Amino acid sequence: MTDPLNVCLEKKSDYDTPGSLHSVGWTRPKKVVLADSSNPMPLDCGVDFYPVTVEYETYGTLSRLKDNAVFIIHALSGDAHAAGWDADWEKDNRPWRRDRPGWWDQMIGPGKAFDTSKYFIVCANLLGSCYGTTGPWEHDPNTGKPYALNFPVVTVEDWVRLQVRLQDYFGIEKLLAVAGGSLGGQQALAWAINYPERIRSAIVLAASARLTAQGLAFNAVGRQAIMNDPFFRNGNYYDTGPPANGLELARMLGHITYLSNQSMEGKFGRRFQNGSQPCYRLNNEFSVESYLEHQGRAFVKRFDANSYLYLTRAMDYYDAAASDGGDLAVTCAAIKARLLLIAYSSDWLYPPRDTRAIARAMLANDKPVSYIEIPSDYGHDAFLLEAGHTMPLVESFLKKV
Amino acid sequence: MSKNIRWDHSLIFELVAPGSSVLDLGCGNGELLARLINEKQVRGQAVEADHNQVSAAFRNGVAVYQGDLDRGLPEFNSKSFDYVILEKTLQVLRMPMLVLEEMLRIGRECIVSFPNFNYNGVVGKLVQSGRMPVTASLPYQWYDTPNIHLFTLHDFLDWISDHQVEMVDGFAGGGLNYRPLVFPDDSTEAEELLFLLKQKIKG
Repeated sequence: MTDPLNVCLEKKSDYDTPGSLHSVGWTRPKKVVLADSSNPMPLDCGVDFYPVTVEYETYGTLSRLKDNAVFIIHALSGDAHAAGWDADWEKDNRPWRRDRPGWWDQMIGPGKAFDTSKYFIVCANLLGSCYGTTGPWEHDPNTGKPYALNFPVVTVEDWVRLQVRLQDYFGIEKLLAVAGGSLGGQQALAWAINYPERIRSAIVLAASARLTAQGLAFNAVGRQAIMNDPFFRNGNYYDTGPPANGLELARMLGHITYLSNQSMEGKFGRRFQNGSQPCYRLNNEFSVESYLEHQGRAFVKRFDANSYLYLTRAMDYYDAAASDGGDLAVTCAAIKARLLLIAYSSDWLYPPRDTRAIARAMLANDKPVSYIEIPSDYGHDAFLLEAGHTMPLVESFLKKV
Repeated sequence: MSKNIRWDHSLIFELVAPGSSVLDLGCGNGELLARLINEKQVRGQAVEADHNQVSAAFRNGVAVYQGDLDRGLPEFNSKSFDYVILEKTLQVLRMPMLVLEEMLRIGRECIVSFPNFNYNGVVGKLVQSGRMPVTASLPYQWYDTPNIHLFTLHDFLDWISDHQVEMVDGFAGGGLNYRPLVFPDDSTEAEELLFLLKQKIKG
């Protein structure tokens, strides 16, 4: 969720370059129409929605038996560009992709956990997001104007339903695995619950069956920041300029939830932005302040405020056991996939006890499950930053699927 | 000490019926359960507290739930496994009675192995030297031992007769060798012990 560029990889040289043996190299996004008037997309909100275009990327080769496909699912601010270097960044006007590889490049590539010399990796952008898949920024064919807030409210289950369409598009009966962290992990769980016959395993990182009240609260304030920005204009800002301050604020707030007290203490402490003395001013005084502002400003350049509203709402709504009266054990009775659950000790957005609850629900059904809590100070972002610890676990799990 | 040369390892492998279900508590690196899964087609689940061991067990392809045995095992259903295994772990637990009770609840049969503190080689050393014994099965100094509950064959048999427990089988072993339990000789001659237990049917 955090831009890895700013958090752990200070030097560009830490990335696998396009020519590296472990990089998937140059990549190009692809698009496919997965819903049209003859085949609309039924959404949980009751709308039969179309048209839906999905942007996706693939790495590796689909085997003749089509039995080596892994769907990687991105989180709130992610995109289909999970690995490698975007050859089309300039054409698509995505300059932020120029200096860094895909968001999970440390995990995806030849010889990595999601080994592209063995597996066929697919990552698709979510419905409602702003990276090529249909979203509020796109023109509504009925009005000729951007959907803005006329875009239907989408859910985690909707996203998974759409990914199943992508699976069908590839003609894949059963995925070897679905994998994701955070909001992506929740989708992986939803896959296991809603489509038990379509996957062999699910890898769920830093995620739970539902967001906590505290998480709901943070999302609510983030949305308020956007909607109270005078530039928001009820979502119709595409001609007049985005609610940049509101989105920046929402991102700063969100960012706090991705870190931990320990990681902030370690990275910034109480350091001043300029030297060792206070400047006795109200703005931009402490390092942590200017870091958050930097994160906020960078985000505004690459994200759509309306998308942020819709995606955080989907994150709010997801509650795997809601239709089972909150009894996750009843919900998990449907699961046939092998499950790998990884929690990170300092994650307080999706705390380990909530990930463990999924494991307990599996055990309550006499189903095997793998659950591990990785000690980490990185907070929620650990699922991106602890690749060194996560990789061998995912690697050995996938080998046995 | 490598786990794969342990006598209780080979014995447990022999005792477990092919195709059965096994819950391995404190599985360590998961070597035993992996072997049971691969060679005896068992349905296996492991529980281990230490995250490094959990990682190691992952690498052996075992489904591991990271959990603390001393908190009990409420997530497991009664009689949900054919065997529950606790291999040389009872003596390191803070709540050994709780864990034994949980094992009997969850497993149709339980396999427990542990070092016998009354073994000649242990007690003899203690009496002769006046110092805490350091042996093959108790290879620690007093200050760094994880073994916080040391006990003897008699202690264990007392527990069996005081609780609703049926002793299905008993073995004595050490190093690579084992044999059926001989009572009362093994009170002092068995270095390590292994029992196959189950809950006594009431009435």
